Amino acid sequence: MCLAIPMKIIEIKGSTGIAEVGGVAREINIQLIEELKIGDYVIVHAGFAIQKLDEKEARETLSLLKEISSIK
Amino acid sequence: MKYLNEYSNLKIARGLAQKIAETVRKYPGKITLMEVCGTHTVAIFRSGIRQILPEKICLLSGPGCPVCVTPNDYLDKAIACTRRKDLIVATFGDMLRVPGSSSSLEKERSRGGRIEVVYSAMDALEIARSNPDKKVIFLGVGFETTAPTLAATILTARERKINNFFVFSGHKLIPPAMKALVESKELHIDGFICPGHVSTIIGVKPYEFIARDHNLPCVIAGFEPLDILQAIYMLVQQIVNRKKAEVEIQYTRVVKPEGNPKALDLIREVFEVTESMWRGMGNIPESGLKIREKYSGFDAEPSIRIKAECSRENKKCICGEILRGVKIPTDCPLFRTACTPQNPIGPCMVSSEGTCAAHYKYAGS
Repeated sequence: MCLAIPMKIIEIKGSTGIAEVGGVAREINIQLIEELKIGDYVIVHAGFAIQKLDEKEARETLSLLKEISSIK
Repeated sequence: MKYLNEYSNLKIARGLAQKIAETVRKYPGKITLMEVCGTHTVAIFRSGIRQILPEKICLLSGPGCPVCVTPNDYLDKAIACTRRKDLIVATFGDMLRVPGSSSSLEKERSRGGRIEVVYSAMDALEIARSNPDKKVIFLGVGFETTAPTLAATILTARERKINNFFVFSGHKLIPPAMKALVESKELHIDGFICPGHVSTIIGVKPYEFIARDHNLPCVIAGFEPLDILQAIYMLVQQIVNRKKAEVEIQYTRVVKPEGNPKALDLIREVFEVTESMWRGMGNIPESGLKIREKYSGFDAEPSIRIKAECSRENKKCICGEILRGVKIPTDCPLFRTACTPQNPIGPCMVSSEGTCAAHYKYAGS
């Protein structure tokens, strides 16, 4: 029930935004997020963006995983 | 899909499993890790993580499925609401098939009860706006992840003067349930895989007592296979190296140490912490959220007198013990016989995130 997925913000209109994932766009509420801009990725749960996704951290986690598992 | 698929790479998963195996090779005895969150339970089963881990690592499912821990008393009241012509019940879909003492929302809907399944609490508010002659009761079931969305919806209802919208709050908090589990001493756990999206809101601090007072490592994990494997790797490193237990974040792309302060402010504005009844775990102090007096006009309980039947539990169902991690689904005489996803007896078989449903679907016979 705490399922939430990363979606990309493609439009912002006040406290709502349009977010897209896998070619599907839907309106989401963005009032829980500070300083959001178009192109940001957010984690969406029950129609609300609950946190911004940090793309730099995402890349770093992936390279760390590759390093741990010894994959070049 | 970006930021999902890349964390499912099989080659990296095998490499991580290998590292985990190397780390625990010389460790004497078993290592039991509890994944608290139901979304983790499903992710673990679906990805087959259990099959690639060394035998000495045992993963145990915890009480983190909101539908499963909601007691019959709440369900019976929700069901009673559907029998009143002046009310519309709005709910997340997971609640529909959960059996109460003698019925379910789904059965009531087939008998003509007005029940609307919504994706967001805001959708329930819209139903209230477009049905001014009815009172709309939203079933507020969930954890810290969902609570700010409810708080924001109640504040919006007030702002837009939508006075026929009410929340029946059954919201629960995860860290007090973890406290109850570790203090009960009926269970041996070596570490916790902490819920990623709950932690998105609450951050690191609410788990610190578990590491500090109980010396149990906690790792906040994401939900893709590599996230979970990395979290297990981080946990076994803490356990094997026997250093002082700490709370670590594996899911750094989404979870900040401070959580989401804006969401926490909204929760605090609308809700106050109260005791709450959990299925199988009883009444846990400071584990629930109640709507503050200031917003009592949106609180279903004082606003609408809900009369429900006297609740009773199915005595043969062991969901309670499964939620506490002291039994597993195959210990239950009803599992796969009387209780199946088509004909569920307990909530752990109904909810897609329930431990019994996950065992039934993914663990074979």
